[in-house]
Amino acid sequence: MTDADPDRDLGLDRTQRWERVPDLAPARHRAPEPDVEWDQDDAEQDDAEQDAAPGRRRDPLWQVLARGVGELLVTAGLIVLLFVVYEVYVTDFLNGRQQNQLTDQIHQQWDDAPAPTATPVAPPVGDPLAVLHIPRLGADYARVVLEGTDEDQLSQGPGHYVGTALPGQPGNLALAGHRVGKGSPFLDADKLRPGDPIVVETADSWFVYRVLGDPATGDYTTDPSGIPGQQIVRPTDVAVISPTPGGAAAGAPTGSYLTLTTCHPKYSARQRLIVHAVLDGGPISKADAPDGPPALTEG
Amino acid sequence: MYGWIWRRLPGGTASKAAIALVLVLAVVALLLFVVFPWVEPRLPFNDVTVDQ
Repeated sequence: MTDADPDRDLGLDRTQRWERVPDLAPARHRAPEPDVEWDQDDAEQDDAEQDAAPGRRRDPLWQVLARGVGELLVTAGLIVLLFVVYEVYVTDFLNGRQQNQLTDQIHQQWDDAPAPTATPVAPPVGDPLAVLHIPRLGADYARVVLEGTDEDQLSQGPGHYVGTALPGQPGNLALAGHRVGKGSPFLDADKLRPGDPIVVETADSWFVYRVLGDPATGDYTTDPSGIPGQQIVRPTDVAVISPTPGGAAAGAPTGSYLTLTTCHPKYSARQRLIVHAVLDGGPISKADAPDGPPALTEG
Repeated sequence: MYGWIWRRLPGGTASKAAIALVLVLAVVALLLFVVFPWVEPRLPFNDVTVDQ
């Protein structure tokens, strides 16, 4: 006989019934805490916690540390990603609002302007100077240019290098602008082809500049002056904004030029992308062309 | 770290999740509108001018 219960044949049930299951000891009394000594304060704090969540046991120190470091690293990665989102999208959004305000401001300024003086004067640093239209970068591309090239100005729009020529004047109208973020005014500055118009709008006139080079072949270097329509230079190469681009900083201007500077390659500040253009014809009065010169609708 | 915060949030799961979401949004807003604008001019990626 293999049955182990000797009472089976007797038909007796000797199983005892308890009134109730005896209380189990609270978790913290049951579970030994081998690692209390390394952090007594925390262990005490955890008592309260463990009442709420019985059965939770402290992990060894190295696990806690490893998890903490891991979480910090993941958090740092997310913050860096968020910074990229900020640079590329949020600054564009903020800049759009600033440009709208500046547009109102410059039109107000133009409406209030006294009769234009013979020798134009640059506005104080931080004030709007002109409106830049580049049809190649979009039919409705219009950015208010501010006087000055500090980050304060550049975060609002393209900035005019202080001391360089004013629109239409002999010399070099030099403008700096962000490539990525802050409205990305010069994001596609590398797409400008020789002959492309760059139109500068002032209180009473339009000035049409054209990118140097041969429009037929797309060669930037054909201008007899030797000034290329596009070049990539080192950040220290200040000659590009000289009165004659590439000439001496104090040299005499040989024409009316316009120069755009922005960073290159995109998302980097290693080099500078430079676009040179030259004034094409004289000023076009706003009275004659209230909606802009024909060059605005080219391309 | 996150576990520690989670256990200290009051209420049940729904309440904890709601508070956690508000906390995350607050941190993101702080970063976007205070920290990043402050830190950005100190970083070198945004030089577009030529200078000495």
